[in-house]
Amino acid sequence: MLILSVDTSAIASAALLTGEGQILRAFATEDTRTHAEVLAPGIRALLDEAAVAPAELDSLVVGVGPGPFTGLRSGIATARALAFAWDKPLHGVMSLDAVAAQAAPAARAAGQPEYIVATDARRKEVYWARYGTAGSAVMGTAGDAVLPELLDGPHVGPASEVPPLPAYGRGAGLYPEQLAAVAGFEGVQPTAEALGRTAAARLARGLPLLDTTPLYLRESDAKVPGPRKRAL
Amino acid sequence: MNRERPLVLGIESSCDETGVGIVRGDELLANTVSSSMDEHVRFGGVIPEIASRAHLDAMIPTLRQALDEAGVTLEDIDALAVTSGPGLAGALMVGVCAAKALAVATGKPLYAINHLVAHVGVGVLDGGTLPQNLGALLVSGGHTEILRVKSLTDDVELLGATIDDAAGEAYDKVARILGLGYPGGPVIDRIAREGNPKAIRFPRGLSQPKYMGTAEQPGPHRYDWSFSGLKTAVARCVEGFEAAGQQVPVADIAASFQEAVVDVITAKAMLACTENGISNLLLGGGVAANSRLRALTEERCAAHGISLRVPPIRLCTDNGAMVAALGAQVVMAGGEPSGITFAPDSSMPVTSVHLPPVR
Ligand SMILES: [Zn+2]
Repeated sequence: MLILSVDTSAIASAALLTGEGQILRAFATEDTRTHAEVLAPGIRALLDEAAVAPAELDSLVVGVGPGPFTGLRSGIATARALAFAWDKPLHGVMSLDAVAAQAAPAARAAGQPEYIVATDARRKEVYWARYGTAGSAVMGTAGDAVLPELLDGPHVGPASEVPPLPAYGRGAGLYPEQLAAVAGFEGVQPTAEALGRTAAARLARGLPLLDTTPLYLRESDAKVPGPRKRAL
Repeated sequence: MNRERPLVLGIESSCDETGVGIVRGDELLANTVSSSMDEHVRFGGVIPEIASRAHLDAMIPTLRQALDEAGVTLEDIDALAVTSGPGLAGALMVGVCAAKALAVATGKPLYAINHLVAHVGVGVLDGGTLPQNLGALLVSGGHTEILRVKSLTDDVELLGATIDDAAGEAYDKVARILGLGYPGGPVIDRIAREGNPKAIRFPRGLSQPKYMGTAEQPGPHRYDWSFSGLKTAVARCVEGFEAAGQQVPVADIAASFQEAVVDVITAKAMLACTENGISNLLLGGGVAANSRLRALTEERCAAHGISLRVPPIRLCTDNGAMVAALGAQVVMAGGEPSGITFAPDSSMPVTSVHLPPVR
């Protein structure tokens, strides 16, 4: 099985992986403001370098956020158009799951039954969710470490409102005074690689994935205008 | 690539309409538009984030419907075209990402198209090749411009534009002042018919000699417009009636406001045409639906010996067919595809009809 994974909830990234979660090719850019420029060329190069024809793909997955709106949409718009043109199934994965999967082995090793994943939501806030290391993971199965259980979230808000648990991800690194940032994970952002592995593990176990509705978590800033201001 | 009569799919998402159009050469095959206008009503104007969200939701269904309507598949398409600017940055991004993904998925060449020039290019879908000595007057909720079009595919020049609000925006704001709802254009046009356009003399922005200069020594804004002062004048007028305890003569104000807008638009457009050798004018943009603008443009064009062409209104409002139409013209003229690395440009100048490939 071949999966193309895309995430633009923070950085822009894409990955080509097998159903067992083995990464064949991946690309990622640190720049968070040029998603519309780099994503399509990145995906084209990925397929070319891996010598994979679109017909060989089984499905696509895309990170549905939460993430800054414009960047987030660029990945979802791209994935939806690719899936439409190739006539392939497209699934959504909550983007914080990607960081949670990377954090899970460390959290287990540290004996943390619960932990927080936080990413940068700008405006002095974080996107965050609470995960558990026990419970859903089936020990001994390939990829079990990448399936921590989502207990609460995703949310958006100031770091001060996040539960006091070990915190993983760039959001934790940005607010070390409010969050118990775990060393070595202060800069971790969602990537298509980690996201794709999460999706592959869920698909392998017959667990459901999301649709591709973006998780904005915030309303648009629009305000209904008040009564007319006087010009005189 | 078929450059004789190319089958081109165009995507538009610069404001609040998600459009996908398909043309073969200068023949229109499909023009599917999904508008988020209803979602902006309570805000009295287009909210960029709401428009962007709506574009994402509407893009694939609109694309699917256009292909169905045209009876073609993505495989049949010779080239893809997308609005890369000018427009709302977040809104443009959705169409550009979708178009680039289609280019990756199908291997078809992609052309990044200028939205304003596409408002002119759409003219070929209604009556074929555009005449020489061409000008274009574009009036909509997002823009108000007069262009000289020496060559549709590679020589377009901006002669004048609004320096603040677009004419359509002025209609929206005045409709709000008069309590008429959103969008303002159609409702003011309707109510103005019952009013006296000469009841109140509203200002014609940038018409003083210091802005106009002379044909030989043009002032700084000879062909430019400004509508923000007009909006304030309407607000003052309404408040004057209210302060005096009088009933606000809504129809007279609407008619007088509309007359001021349409008079200054057409007067400056005529000046720009006659002083720049333009003998054929195309009227485009959503406000081309306004009855008074059409009537006065016709009248003044006739008086100046200028031929006028107004595409059907569904082609004047923002749509994907106009993007496909200009894309096809660029393909037929031998233009190079733009590639897939370009960035949307919210202030793309009209001198850039389509983006050259990034090398
Ligand atoms: Zn327009």
